[in-house]
Amino acid sequence: MATPQVESKVHGLGHSRKRVEDARFIRGQGNYIDDFKLPGMLHLDIVRSPYAHAKITKIHTEKALATPGVLAVIDGPTLQKYNVHNMPTLMSDTQMVLPLDTVKYQYQEVAGVLATDRYTAADGVAAVEVDYEPLPVMVDPFKALEPGAMKVRDDKESNHIWHWEWGDKEKTDQDFKNAEVVVKENIYIPRIHVASMETCGCVAKWDATNTHLTLWMTTQAPHAIRTVVALITGHLGLSEEKIRVIAPDIGGGFGGKVPAYPGYVIAVAASIVTGAPVKWIEDRTENLAADSFARDYHITAELAGKKDGTLTSLRFKTIADHGYTDAATQPSKFPAGLFHISTGSYDFKSAFVEVDGVYTNKPPGGIAYRCSFRVAEAVHAIERMADVFAQEVGMDAAELRMKNFIKPEQFPYKSALGWEYDSGDYPTALRKAMDMIGYEDLRKEQAEKRKRGEFMGIGISSFTEIVGGGPSKSFDILGLKMFGSCEIRVHPTGKAIARFGTKSQGQGHETTYAQIIAEELGIPAEHIKVEEGDTDTAPYGLGTYASRSTPVDGASAAIASRKIRDKAKKIAAHLLEAAEEDLEWETGRFYVKGSPDKGKTIQEIAFAAYTNHPQGMEGGLEAVNYYDPPNLTYPFGSYICVVDIDRGTGEVKIRRFVAVDDCGVRINPMIVEGQIHGGLTMGFAPAMMEEITYDENGNIHGANFMDYLLPTAVETPKWELGETVTPSPHHPIGAKGVGESATVGAPAAITNAVVDALWHLGVRNIDIPITARKVWEVLNKHGATMEE
Amino acid sequence: MSTHHIHVTINGKAHEADVESRLLLVHLLRENLNMTGTHIGCDTTSCGACTVQLNGKPVKSCTVLAVQADGMEVKTVEGLATNGKLHAIQEGFHEKHGLQCGFCTPGMMMTSSALLEQNPHPTEDEIRHAISGNLCRCTGYMNIVKAVQYAADKMAEGA
Repeated sequence: MATPQVESKVHGLGHSRKRVEDARFIRGQGNYIDDFKLPGMLHLDIVRSPYAHAKITKIHTEKALATPGVLAVIDGPTLQKYNVHNMPTLMSDTQMVLPLDTVKYQYQEVAGVLATDRYTAADGVAAVEVDYEPLPVMVDPFKALEPGAMKVRDDKESNHIWHWEWGDKEKTDQDFKNAEVVVKENIYIPRIHVASMETCGCVAKWDATNTHLTLWMTTQAPHAIRTVVALITGHLGLSEEKIRVIAPDIGGGFGGKVPAYPGYVIAVAASIVTGAPVKWIEDRTENLAADSFARDYHITAELAGKKDGTLTSLRFKTIADHGYTDAATQPSKFPAGLFHISTGSYDFKSAFVEVDGVYTNKPPGGIAYRCSFRVAEAVHAIERMADVFAQEVGMDAAELRMKNFIKPEQFPYKSALGWEYDSGDYPTALRKAMDMIGYEDLRKEQAEKRKRGEFMGIGISSFTEIVGGGPSKSFDILGLKMFGSCEIRVHPTGKAIARFGTKSQGQGHETTYAQIIAEELGIPAEHIKVEEGDTDTAPYGLGTYASRSTPVDGASAAIASRKIRDKAKKIAAHLLEAAEEDLEWETGRFYVKGSPDKGKTIQEIAFAAYTNHPQGMEGGLEAVNYYDPPNLTYPFGSYICVVDIDRGTGEVKIRRFVAVDDCGVRINPMIVEGQIHGGLTMGFAPAMMEEITYDENGNIHGANFMDYLLPTAVETPKWELGETVTPSPHHPIGAKGVGESATVGAPAAITNAVVDALWHLGVRNIDIPITARKVWEVLNKHGATMEE
Repeated sequence: MSTHHIHVTINGKAHEADVESRLLLVHLLRENLNMTGTHIGCDTTSCGACTVQLNGKPVKSCTVLAVQADGMEVKTVEGLATNGKLHAIQEGFHEKHGLQCGFCTPGMMMTSSALLEQNPHPTEDEIRHAISGNLCRCTGYMNIVKAVQYAADKMAEGA
C-alpha cells in the first residue's frame, strides 16, 4: 500500500489536477453520439404503444411508406425472419426487441421507421397506424402475486419471477422471538429514473464487403455489449472479431447506459438490411418511459434488540417490481444485487433477508441509479430503521449508532450476512460530522423550538457501501468475470498511453488514471494519454458502474505500472552496470544505493528499452494487467441533515447538510469532492422530488421533465463536506471508490431529519419522495398544521 | 411544407439557408450547419442543454424556430472564445471543476455568460436563479456557481 502523498512534479496521488477532458467540453468539441454524421446515414425512429397491455391486430404502414424519404417500416415479424425479435436480458429472461403480437407496457417499441432524416422519420412514425385490442393491466405487484391473478407473461407459470433469500432464518427468527424490543415498518423505495442529460442512442454501420459491424453507442460497458451482440447475432455470422463497439463521450450514465435496449438492436438490423449507416437517438420521453428504471422495492423491515439500545437481529422481506421482464443489471448469482449488505454499519448477531421478484405491466429495468447493485435500497432501509429503533427505546440517534457500530478493531469484519468488510472507522466519521454541524447545540435548539411549536429535525445516516464488483469467485455477469484491465505502453521518449476496460461518463478517468500511473512510474501525468471505450484497442473489461472503476481498473493501473517498473529496474541495472538489488527507486528514477547521483530516469530507461536493451531481454516497455480483486471495497460515511418544516405548507427546508465521506485514499481530491456533490444531489433528488408512478391502466406519470422533476440549482442544498481516510488494505493504492456513496447515503439522512421533526406526533416513517403535500397531509392528520 | 430563405449571423459569421417552417433553431445549428456544441437534452424546454444567445439573450434553441432567428445574431458555445483565447466563463468551468460529463456545459455557459453581461457582480442566489432553467445531473451545481463567480471576478479584473 502506497502512502498518499502530494507529488506535484508528476501530479500523482492526492493532487487536485485539473481535468484533461475539459479542454474539448468547454469549447463545444465533445464528441457525443448524436454528433456523429456519416455519409448516407439513415435515421431510425420508433412507433410506441399507447397501451400498457394490448394485442396488436394490424400495423398499417401504407401511409408511412408513401411519405417521401421514408424507406422502411420494421416490425416484429420482420425481425423474426432473422430470429432477432427477442433478446436475452442480463438476468437470462427474454425481452422483446419488437413484438410479434402483444405489447406489455406503455411506450413499448412497436415498430421502427427508417428515413433519410430525423424529421421525416418522425413523420413516418406519426403516419403508422396500429390497431390494438386493449387487455387487462396489472400494475400492483402485490395483486400480481395473489392466486388467480391475471398473468403478465403467457410464457411463465405466474407473475412470481424468483425468490431469493440470504442469512440464517432459524437463528434470526429465534432472536426475534427472544428480543426485548422489535420494531417494524413498511418502507417503499419508489421507481425512479437516472435521467442522464444525454439520452441513449447509437450509430450502427454494417460493412457488407468485409462483414464487419461498427457500433458507436452510449454504453457504459462496450466489451460486454460486443459479446452480447455476438451472442444474439452469432447465427447470422456476426462473430465477435467482426464487431467493433465504440463508446464516444457519454453525457452521464449512472447505470442507465449499462443495458442493451431494443433500439440498438433495431438499428443494427436496419443497417445490415439496408447496407447504410443507421442512427437512433431517443427523445426524453422515450428515455424516461422505456429505458431501465431503478429501485421499486417494497420492504417490510424489522429490527430486534434490547431496551438498552443494543441491536441484535434484522429481518427484511421485499417485493421487487421488475416490470414485464427481469432486465435488471445484477451479477448473475445475485438477482437482488447486494441487498444483503443491509446490516450496514452495525454489529448484528443474526440477519435474514428475502426478496421476491414480480412481473407487472411496466417497463423492465432494475438498474442502479448511481449505486452498486441494490445497495441504495439496503442502506435506506437499515438507516431508517436504526432511527425507528432509537426512538422506540428513547435513545438519541447518534448514541444508538455509536453503541452498535462495528468497532474499528473488529476489521476485517464478517457480517451476519457473510460479507467480509475490508476496513472502517465508523465512530470517527460520525463524531466528525457531529462536530462539523454542532450536533449537541442543534439538539438543544430543537428542544426549545418544539416547546414553541416549531418543527425542526436532525437526521443521521451512517452508511456502509459495498462496491468494486468483483472477485471472480463470487461475481460474474452472464458468466463473464468482472476483472479490472489496464494496458500501458511506454514510448521511447518516456511518454505513455494507457488503455482500460472501463468507460468514463463524466468521472474524469482521463485525468485520474494518469495520476495513478504517474505516482507508480514517475512519468508526469501530463505525458500519459488515457483511452477507453473502443473494443478494438482497449483490453477486455466489463465497464464503469457500481463504483468499480477505481477499485478494479484503478488497481490494474497500479499493478501494470509495477510490472513496467520491474522491467525498468532490469534495464536500469544494465545501463548503470549495477546489480538489481543495489538499486533504489524514487519517483521517476532508479539510483545506486549510497550514490544518489548515479541513476537513470524513467525517461532514459524507456529510451534504452527501444535503443539499448540488455541482450536476451524482450525489447519495449509495456504491460497488461487483468485484476481479479481479492475482495470488494466498503466505502462509508456519516451524513447529518437539519431541516425546518413549514407548518402552513408542509414544505421542508434543508437548512444544513454535512457529509463526511471515507473512500480510502483519494486520487484527486477535487474530482472526489465533485463526485460527492453530484452524488448528494442525486440522493436529494429521490428523497425530495423524483418518482415515477402509474395509474390503474398503466399510464406513466413522469415521462417528461415537467412531470419528472430533477433538482435545479435553486432547490439543491449547499453541501458541506468532510473526510476521513481509512485505506482499503487489499487495494494496491488503498482506494475504495466514491462515485455513488453520497447517492446511497443521503436519502436516509433527509428522511430521518423529517421524521425526527415529526416524531413527537407519532410519525414513524414517511416514504420518499418527501413532497410538501405529503408532509402537509401528515401534519393535517395529526392536527398539526398551522395557518400563517 | 413551405420553405423560407433566412439570414442568420452565427458567432459573427453571416449564414443563409433555405429552411422548412418547422425546423428548430437547434437543428439548424446541429444538422444543417454541423455545429454540434449545442446539445439536446429534452423535448419540453425544461433542461436548457440547447441554450444559445439570440441577440444577446439566452434562449432554449429547441423552442425557437429557425425562421424566428431570421435577421438575428446567434451566439453558441463555439463562439465564446475569441481568437483562440478562452472566455472567462470557459476558464471558470475548468478552474472550478464546474463540469463532469460536459453535456449541460455549453448551455450552462451560454446562460451564465449572458447573466454576467447583464449583472457583472451577481450574488450566489442570483446565479442559482439565473441557471435554474439549466439542469445538470453530475455536479450538484456548487462548482458551477463557483465557476460563474470566478468568471465574474476575472471579467471585473479585465474591465
